[in-house]
Amino acid sequence: MEPLGLSVGLLVLFVSFGFMVGVLFGFFGMGGSFLVTPTLLLLGYPASVSIGSGLAFYFGTSVIAVLKHYDVGEVDYKLGAILFVVLSIGIELGSRLVFGLEALGVAGLVTGVAYVLLLGGIGALFLRRAYNLDDEEADDGDADVSDEEIPPVARRIQSHTIPPMISLSSGGRASLWTIGGAGGIVGVISGLIGVGGGFIRMPTIYYVIGTPLTAAVGTSLFAGLFAGAFGTFTYGTSGSVDLTVVGLLLVGSAFGARLGSAATTIVEENDVIVYFGLMMVFASVGIALSELANWLGTGALDLVSVLLLVGSSFVVALLILYKALEAARATDGRRSIPGGSH
Amino acid sequence: MIESAVQPGAFQGVTFVGAILLIAIALYVGYALLERAIAPLIEAVTDA
Repeated sequence: MEPLGLSVGLLVLFVSFGFMVGVLFGFFGMGGSFLVTPTLLLLGYPASVSIGSGLAFYFGTSVIAVLKHYDVGEVDYKLGAILFVVLSIGIELGSRLVFGLEALGVAGLVTGVAYVLLLGGIGALFLRRAYNLDDEEADDGDADVSDEEIPPVARRIQSHTIPPMISLSSGGRASLWTIGGAGGIVGVISGLIGVGGGFIRMPTIYYVIGTPLTAAVGTSLFAGLFAGAFGTFTYGTSGSVDLTVVGLLLVGSAFGARLGSAATTIVEENDVIVYFGLMMVFASVGIALSELANWLGTGALDLVSVLLLVGSSFVVALLILYKALEAARATDGRRSIPGGSH
Repeated sequence: MIESAVQPGAFQGVTFVGAILLIAIALYVGYALLERAIAPLIEAVTDA
């Protein structure tokens, strides 16, 4: 029996994987599409379909996130609109590059190598952050920049006034060349490897363009939503979006994200951040093994690759849910003791 | 895989965007209603 044209095993895998990705996305605020695209690649989907479906999944999760946070916070609409245009141009260029590489027969290899570097890099950053947590707590964040301030590196970039200059809602000004260059590069990366790019877009708006953190978060979500729609459109025009897979992933993810974001109120992110870093490193190793297997012309490592990528995200998501349950039970226990904390 | 019923091109791209938008809105509303419906049940279980 193959409902929706997929085996029951794949149906269960996509819904449950979507659920786990949703838990991670709801808890960490990242980890959506950059887990979906490499998983589809490992399962044997063509590079363009994996990337197109990854972007469509990102668009769906963005719609749900915006509906949930009806007020997306402080948004610099002018900057958001410019970013949407340059992100879209970048996505279009990235997607053309993918179709060109696909014609040459190397799209899977290029995307795989890009993911090995990307996931490995993010994993290393998270592990370093986990390693430095004690020092940061000891320093008590005395060098931190407040949410309303602009980081020094962005001020230095803003000091290069190459016209035309764009006024930002925060009162600062940024060169259109900076916005175009930074947004364009993020767009090309999104279109090339099928990630929403929130994890690079938000820091780019904050550190390169130079808006306060509160405005950077809202503007990133605003521009990302429309860029996600454009990415879906670009890959959709050639039919490179698997609607069944994206729908199943979204069914699981919408539920998982609710649990993940609820868990943020009772589980400390610092307690599980090291596992998130390890998960990224395992995922990176999984994709590297898959590329090695392809190069050697053997399928022997395929199962190990899928287990490393999908299995590690399952373990971390379950760990978050377990810790949330444990914390909720501890709270209930304290409540049931007369005189316990309320 | 659900095969697209429309020819490749801009219209097919818009169809995919619309479909994802509808799925996302339906899921958001569906889970919100479900959460509201089972809230009294969860409360009853935890109180017991």
